[in-house]
Amino acid sequence: MVTLSYYLIFAAALFCIGMYGVLARKNAVAILMGIELMLNAVIVNVLAFWRFRTPDQIAGQAFAVMVYAVAAAEVAVGLALFISIYRRRNTVAADEIDLLKW
Amino acid sequence: MGDPINLIGDWLRNLMTGWGLPENLATFILTVMGVVVMASFLLILDIALVWLERKVVARFQDRIGPNRLGPFGIIQPFADIIKLLIKEDITPQGADRIIYNIAPLFALATVLMMWAVIPFAPTILGADVNVAVLYIVATGAVGTLGVIMAGWASNNKYALLGAFRTVAQMVSYEVPMVIALLIPVLLARSMGLQAIVDAQQPWFILVAPLAAAIFLVTSIAELGRAPFDINEAESEIVAGFHIEYTGMKFGLFYAGELLHALTVSALVATLFLGGWRGPFVDQVPILGVFYLFVKAFLIYYVIMWIRYSFPRLRIDQMLGFSWKFLTPLALVLLILTAILDKAMEGATPLVYTLVMLGMNILLVWATVQVLRTYARVERRRVAERRPVATATEADFKELIGQE
Amino acid sequence: MSVYQIVFLITAVVTLGAAVMVVSARSLVHSALWLILALFGVAVTFALLSAPFFTVVQVVIYIGAISILMIFAIMLTRRVMQDTGPGVNQGWWMALLLSFLLFGGLAWMLSTWEGFGTALPALPEGVDQVKALGVALVSPNAYVLPFEVASVLLLAALIGSIVVAWEKK
Repeated sequence: MVTLSYYLIFAAALFCIGMYGVLARKNAVAILMGIELMLNAVIVNVLAFWRFRTPDQIAGQAFAVMVYAVAAAEVAVGLALFISIYRRRNTVAADEIDLLKW
Repeated sequence: MGDPINLIGDWLRNLMTGWGLPENLATFILTVMGVVVMASFLLILDIALVWLERKVVARFQDRIGPNRLGPFGIIQPFADIIKLLIKEDITPQGADRIIYNIAPLFALATVLMMWAVIPFAPTILGADVNVAVLYIVATGAVGTLGVIMAGWASNNKYALLGAFRTVAQMVSYEVPMVIALLIPVLLARSMGLQAIVDAQQPWFILVAPLAAAIFLVTSIAELGRAPFDINEAESEIVAGFHIEYTGMKFGLFYAGELLHALTVSALVATLFLGGWRGPFVDQVPILGVFYLFVKAFLIYYVIMWIRYSFPRLRIDQMLGFSWKFLTPLALVLLILTAILDKAMEGATPLVYTLVMLGMNILLVWATVQVLRTYARVERRRVAERRPVATATEADFKELIGQE
Repeated sequence: MSVYQIVFLITAVVTLGAAVMVVSARSLVHSALWLILALFGVAVTFALLSAPFFTVVQVVIYIGAISILMIFAIMLTRRVMQDTGPGVNQGWWMALLLSFLLFGGLAWMLSTWEGFGTALPALPEGVDQVKALGVALVSPNAYVLPFEVASVLLLAALIGSIVVAWEKK
C-alpha cells in the first residue's frame, strides 16, 4: 500500500538532487535546470499533501497552479538574462560572471 | 446489434474470465489489443493517405499521378515503402546516435497517441479523459520536441536552422490554437471530447465558424504544411530538419506528417462538425465511425487544397500573422463568445445559434475593415516618392575626365 | 506488492535516475534531454495522485514550453570550438555532502510527524475536479486574487524578458 511517506521521500530526494545541481554546476543554464527540479519536487509535495490529507478541499490544487505560474515566469526571465549576459561577456559559466565580486 | 466492436470486446472478456484470468488482467489484455488494432489500422490508413496525396496533387496540377502500378496506382505506396526500406541507413559522422535514432519515433508516436481520445461512436472511445482537449495540446507540444531533437542530432547547420525555424513557428501558432480550442470547450462546458460531441446539437461550426477557421489555420501551421512549410522549403534549405535522414527514418517523418494531417482533420470534425453525429447513429452506433471518417476526409481534402493553392509564407510574415493577427482575433472572439454565452442563458438553441453566428460574421466584417485601413496606410507609405540616385550628364563627363 | 506500488516504484526510480543524470551529464544538451525524461516521470506521478489535469498541464508547460526554451538557450549560448571542461565547480563535494545531509534531515524530521504514514483516502464522489478547480480559481471567495496576481506576474515576466533580451541596434 502506498502511503504519504513514499511521495514525501520521493519529493525530498528530487529536491536534494536539484539542490546539488544548483550548487555544484558551473553553467548557468545547468543551474536553472536544477532549480526546475526543485520546483517540480515542490509541486509533487503539494499535490501529495492535497491527495492524502485534504482531498475534499481544492486549495492544494490552486496552490500547485500558482507554483506553475511562478516557475514559468522565472524560467523566461532567467533565460533572457543568460542570453543578454552571453552577448556581452561571451560566457555563461557562473564563476566567470564575477564583475561585482570583491 | 449495431456495435460489433463492443460485442467482440465483451465476448473476449467473458472468454478470458472463463479461463480463470482475474478481471484486471483481462481488461489490461483487452486494452493492449485495442491499442494494437487501433495503431495498425491507422498505419495502414497512412499508406492510403500517401496514395491519396499523390493522386490529389496530380489532379490539382492538371496531370494524372501514379497510374502504372495497379489500377489507379493503388500499389504505388507499397513500392514507395519497399524503396524506403531497402535504402542505406546512414548515421552522419559526429551525430548523436541515440537521439538521432529516437527523434523520428517521437514524431510518429505522438501523432498515434492523439487518437486515443478521439470518440468514434457513442460507445467506441479509447480513453474518456475529461481533459482530452489539453491532452491533444500536450501531445502536439511533445511533437515539437521530436523536431528539435532531429535537428540538433544531425550535426548539420542547415538541419539546426530548420529545426529552430520549425519550433519557433510551432510554438507561435500554439497560442492562437489553444485560444481557439477554448471556444468549443466553453460552449460544451467540458474539456472531454465525448462531452463536446454530445453537446453539439447544432454543429459548432454554425455557432462559432470563426473559431473553426482559426483552429484550422493554426493547425495547418502546426503541421508544417504549405503555405507554412518554411521548415521544409525544398528550394531554400533543402528539407530542413530532416535533411540527414534517409530510408525508413525519413519515411517515419513523412508518414507522421501525413497522419498528423488526418488527425487534425479528425479533430476539426470532432470539435466543430459534430464528430460521430449523423442520421441513425443512436440505433446503429457503428455508423458513427463512418460519419467521422467522412467528415475527417472532407477536411483533409480542404487541407490539401490549401496546400496546393497558396505560395509559401516567409518566416517573418508567418510569425507576424500569428502574433499580430491571429492571437488578438482569437482573444477578442473568446471574450465575445463568453459574454454572449452568459447573456443568453435561457435562450432557445435557435436564437443562441443565430446570435452567435451573427457575432462571428460581425467580427469578420470588423476585422476586414481594420485590415483594409491598415492596408491603405501601408500602401500609401510604400508608394511615396523616394529619392533615387541618378547621375546627370555633367557628372558622367567629369567621371571620364572630359571638360 | 500491489500494482500501484510497482508502478510508483518504477516511476520513482526512472525520475530520480533521470534527475541524477541531469546534474551529472557532461554535455548540456544531454542534460536537457534527461530533464525532459525526469519531467515526464513527474507527470506520471501526478497521474498516480489522481490529478489528470496536472499531468497534462505538466507536459504542456514544462515539456512543451520550458524545455524547448532551455534547449534554445543552450544552443544560443554555446561557445563554439571549445572543450566544455568539467561541468562542476571546485566545491562540488561540499554540495554533495550538503544534499545528503539535507535529505537525511528531511527524511528524519518527516518520519517523526504523526501524519507520515497516512493511507490513501477516497476522492470525494461526483466532484469534477477540473470544474471545481476552475470555479475555485475565479470565484471571489476562493482564489481569484492569487490567480489575478499570477497573471500580472506572468505579464511582468513577459515584458521583462523581452526588454532584457532586446538587442540595441
